[in-house]
Amino acid sequence: MRIIICVKRVAVLSDDVAFTDDGLAVDPDYLDFTLNEWDACAVDEAIRIRDAVGEGEVVVVTAGDPDADGELRRCLAMGADRAVRVWTEALRQPDPLTVAHALAEVIRPEEPDLVLCGVQSSDALQGATGAALAGFLDLPVVAVVTMIAYDATTRTATVHRELEGGMIDVVETTTPAVLTIQTGINRPRYVTFRAIQEAQGRDVAVQVAEPFGRRAYGIRGMSMPTRRRAEMIGGNPTEIAARILQIVRGSSAA
Amino acid sequence: MSGVLIVAEHRQGALREVTLELIAAAKELKNAGVGPLAVAMLGSDVSAMLGVVALDGVDEIIHVPVAMDEFNGEVYRQALPALIRQRRPLVLLTGFTVDAMSYAPALAASLGLGFASDVTGCSAQKGWLTATRGLYAGKVQVQLDFGDGAPVLLMLRPGAWSPAGGFGSPVVTRLEAGVDLSQVRIKHREYITPQTEGIDLGTSDFILAIGRGVGEKDNVPVFERLADRLGATLACSRPLVDSGWLPHARQVGQSGATVKPELYLALGISGAVEHLAGMKASGTIIAVNSDPEAAIFNVAHYGAVTDLFALAEALEQLT
Ligand SMILES: Cc1cc2nc3c(=O)[nH]c(=O)nc-3n(C[C@H](O)[C@H](O)[C@H](O)COP(=O)(O)OP(=O)(O)OC[C@H]3O[C@@H](n4cnc5c(N)ncnc54)[C@H](O)[C@@H]3O)c2cc1C
Repeated sequence: MRIIICVKRVAVLSDDVAFTDDGLAVDPDYLDFTLNEWDACAVDEAIRIRDAVGEGEVVVVTAGDPDADGELRRCLAMGADRAVRVWTEALRQPDPLTVAHALAEVIRPEEPDLVLCGVQSSDALQGATGAALAGFLDLPVVAVVTMIAYDATTRTATVHRELEGGMIDVVETTTPAVLTIQTGINRPRYVTFRAIQEAQGRDVAVQVAEPFGRRAYGIRGMSMPTRRRAEMIGGNPTEIAARILQIVRGSSAA
Repeated sequence: MSGVLIVAEHRQGALREVTLELIAAAKELKNAGVGPLAVAMLGSDVSAMLGVVALDGVDEIIHVPVAMDEFNGEVYRQALPALIRQRRPLVLLTGFTVDAMSYAPALAASLGLGFASDVTGCSAQKGWLTATRGLYAGKVQVQLDFGDGAPVLLMLRPGAWSPAGGFGSPVVTRLEAGVDLSQVRIKHREYITPQTEGIDLGTSDFILAIGRGVGEKDNVPVFERLADRLGATLACSRPLVDSGWLPHARQVGQSGATVKPELYLALGISGAVEHLAGMKASGTIIAVNSDPEAAIFNVAHYGAVTDLFALAEALEQLT
């Protein structure tokens, strides 16, 4: 079987923020980067399914520039078999449809049995790429999955879809299918420094995608949200603790 | 192209609150000249829910009959293109919810719609739509616009609009969308309700909630003791449940409990939208975090920037 996982190199904002001169993006100097938490769960789950089935290939795919190769190699270090990076100029201004369209271009010819994505990326929080990908590939999609039981004989997957409040909707889907993976489905394996070192020498295949020719949205501007800031309590931990106790005792709750 | 089309959300025979919030947002767009407001309801029998949706400002309720009552994204993906072709709305609204997450982006892709999710604000001027959403855990806000020529599908953040009210008298119509159930690739099996393990966060009036800031499992007992000493109920954010450090019954947030205690003391919780969804209505919120920019400080009444272990120790010494 073949399982494809779509992964993303996500940005983490540092304490300070500055925008680029055109005001349409955050200055990259103020960003750190890492593998999206949800995607790490998806990669781990794919490896588990491959190992349980006893054969097959786990392929990680990302849409982005060469800076994302580090995150792809991290997935190889976790145990993925192959890494592909797809690029198209439109990805300079990524939106979920542009990204999903580029991913679909490389995934379609791979004829996967399962496609796993994270529910969302921790920086953009759009919760959309996986389902948009299913739209382009015309595959069924189940979002927010916390359990997968794949049956290699019937080629169906029974999955848990986690609803608001924590209720589980147990559904069965034909495959190929796209599943968006929620944290908690597993505890992603620990990757040793040595495995990461070894993965540095592995290949990342690069493909260029045809542009989608349409954008989900355009960015007009960025701003800092107007905030209702909390009343800040200053001082050392003992002083802060004393003030907190005062608030606690002053409320009727204690 | 004109008008707003809302996709109603319902589960186990009951309308979900987010639908009323969508109506509130749609009324703003309608008042800005976008056009009539219609609500689409998919299901075999929606008569029991009609009264709840027949609100002031709603012009039409469109019943799309399908012989399936449990939510199935496949049905929505089949039915909505026909509905869009028929009604040609300028704007489509769904909630940014688990159900809509499994059909709305797929529709946007296959129909080439304008699209944005987790939207917290939208407006229209002369038929031009703009929307606002957050980026980088809400630390930055982005203003979006959409080209013309295609409808725009917006998934609105639950809780960002107050639910609409006031009765109206919309017309109720029926629209066959040609859903072919034999083509549906996903089957609903059953629902499983989460274990409560005798824990009911909803009844507590003082909650001490801990987040990933506690670092590791071995640190959790420190906060169990502290909660005991303070007379608080211990709760947590999702990562602690994902890691198996505390049971799901102690999780606050979108996929856990929704609480409204008099006091909510949050230690080492960043303030992700999904966590805030479960606690922002608390009477008094006190947040402690080592990151002065943590989003939790935007909903908290009191905040302190300090190390939570030092604070826990100080609290223990003073009680
Ligand atoms: C569909 C869906 C549903 C979800 N449902 C929920 C839900 O129900 N509940 C929920 O909580 N989340 C939920 N999440 C997850 C949510 O997006 C966040 O990932 C989660 O809330 C983060 O938890 P956290 O704040 O504890 O961790 P983090 O975001 O990692 O924050 C940890 C915080 O601790 C601070 N910190 C670290 N060390 C210290 C220290 N020594 N002293 C003081 N502060 C420190 C850091 O500055 C940081 O702000 C959901 C996500 C999705 C996609």
